[in-house]
Amino acid sequence: MSTPNHMREITFGKAVNEAIAEEMRRDPTVFMIGEDIAEAGTTFKVLKGLVEEFGPQRIIDTPISEAGYAGMGVGAAMTGMRPIVDIMFGDFLTLTMDQMANQAAKIHYMSGGKLKVPMVFRTTLGATRRSGAQHSQSLQAWPCHVPGLKVVIPSTPYDAKGLMKTAIRDDNPVVIFEDKMLFQQKGLVPEGEYTVPFGVADIKRTGTDITLVGTSSMVQVALEAADRLATLGISAEVVDPRTLKPLDTETLIASAKKTGHVIVIDEGPLSYGVTGELASIIADGAFYYLDAPVKRLGAMDVPVPFSPPLEDATVPTPDTVTDLAKMLCQCI
Amino acid sequence: MNDCKDPEQLLQFYQQMYKIRAFDEQANELYLRHIMPGLTHMYIGEEAVAVGVCEALTDADYITSTHRGHGHCLAKGARFDRMFAELLGKKAGYCAGKGGSMHIADQECNNLGANAIVGGSAGIATGAGLSIKMRGSDQVAVCFFGEGALGEGLLYEVMNMAQLWNLPVIYACEDNLYNQYTHFSETTAGTLLGRPQAFGMLAVDVDGQDVKAVYSAASEIVQRARSGGGPAFLLCHTYRYRGHHVGDIDRTYYRSKEEENYWMTERDPLKILSQWMIENKLADPQVFEQIEKEIQQEVNEAVQFAINAPYPDVSEVDQHVYA
Repeated sequence: MSTPNHMREITFGKAVNEAIAEEMRRDPTVFMIGEDIAEAGTTFKVLKGLVEEFGPQRIIDTPISEAGYAGMGVGAAMTGMRPIVDIMFGDFLTLTMDQMANQAAKIHYMSGGKLKVPMVFRTTLGATRRSGAQHSQSLQAWPCHVPGLKVVIPSTPYDAKGLMKTAIRDDNPVVIFEDKMLFQQKGLVPEGEYTVPFGVADIKRTGTDITLVGTSSMVQVALEAADRLATLGISAEVVDPRTLKPLDTETLIASAKKTGHVIVIDEGPLSYGVTGELASIIADGAFYYLDAPVKRLGAMDVPVPFSPPLEDATVPTPDTVTDLAKMLCQCI
Repeated sequence: MNDCKDPEQLLQFYQQMYKIRAFDEQANELYLRHIMPGLTHMYIGEEAVAVGVCEALTDADYITSTHRGHGHCLAKGARFDRMFAELLGKKAGYCAGKGGSMHIADQECNNLGANAIVGGSAGIATGAGLSIKMRGSDQVAVCFFGEGALGEGLLYEVMNMAQLWNLPVIYACEDNLYNQYTHFSETTAGTLLGRPQAFGMLAVDVDGQDVKAVYSAASEIVQRARSGGGPAFLLCHTYRYRGHHVGDIDRTYYRSKEEENYWMTERDPLKILSQWMIENKLADPQVFEQIEKEIQQEVNEAVQFAINAPYPDVSEVDQHVYA
């Protein structure tokens, strides 16, 4: 990681846009393919301006054929290119599953290490946009379950830019989940070149009494909970793994050993998900240091409902995190 | 064009076709003798398709293949010994034993790999076509698949894009009549050629048992794609002599012995070529015998090599998950 120079405040969306533009300037084999990514700049307008600079040959608008263009990304990656396949909503990853899980993930291994698939699947996660059950899922646990894929889950503009650049340069298929609710969020990002390595967690806030492990959208929730806990005299540490595969187990375990209390928070459904894996790793690694069981907060095991009060009830909030943390710490 | 009266070239076709037949006959033996782990899918009967198409390609051109992929692999230039080694899960195999029969990829010959998902390589081949266009090279990508793959949606998505963007991709459809154990007429509404034609794609059909005809048709559409003329669909009428896989012995519930015998005696691609050459005085019968003898010898040596070759060390199991 190079040293950040001049900082400025830009949005998460702008940070993603800059990362892609810089990598496309640096490497002529990088290109993007997806639905309405050119003039429209995607549904979320995050890619605005790229087609003007790089032209429609490198910012390629496709028919509505997610499996088809994801598969073409795989083939292009195997033959000398570095495609970024844009999947408008994380929910639509389900349409690309064969290409992602059976093709991209396995080709390097099945070929005995001869073929490589350097590509990025760029997609979204997150509920509470009133988008209903098929545009609101957080499916980051799915690709984690397929050996051969890397899974990246940034929570800040700084990380979004640095991790995207690393993903584009990686020789493996990398799935990046961006939280739809974060695109307008602003944060400090250096002017110059930098990357964020995979497998290195970031401590977003230091503390001594409890560790809140948050991913993507849940980092902000954890930070807000930490503010509230501070007023109650509880010092919370917020740890963001930043990449789920590879996972920085050392930082998670070290924080758990320090505080003795841990809550893992992820917006995917609670059962069989990211929180279960992280909690298990922490419980194994910090067993003798823990004062309470590792607790988990995730989305309810229901399809994401449309009605606002119902939808809001499905995801962890600063309130639910704060309440659980209070309970855990008062058990000392 | 492509009259194919050059005896040397025609004998090369014969040699390539016989290699495939001899390889798969031996693969069947390895299964029956319990030497090969798992199952395999034999290409016997369809040799003229792989050879006719691949002989129209250069080394730099790409192919993608199927679960029934030994024929494509050999036709594109793979070696017997490393293929047998892969079938047996040995370290010396094309994929160091990690792929097996259904996943042989041969980077040196630009074979992007066999694929055990029906139609699964259509995206890869079309993506190779996109990459060729973006890199400004004059390669062509060929996607081999059986008529059963026409039931898969992916193929339609990518054929649409290939035609839309004028990509140098050849969709080589091997209609061997059976989607596994089901006659294609029971699974297919409309016509096979009507599918690519719906996209405005050039669609050609050819007798897939006549290697000269396949080569001639393939040469034209490959040349057309290479010179910027866009994709094409090549429908090859052929027949799978054996079962869906080596274990599919009792086939009478889905097709008759008479039908099998007809194809094997009247429509055999090796016989069709050798008889034509003999009738046209382009070769003596002994020439074919000599070719067969030499290839059998190669096969025997390669099988022995594969049987004697070591398995990969167990420590390699988690290598190559990531590049």
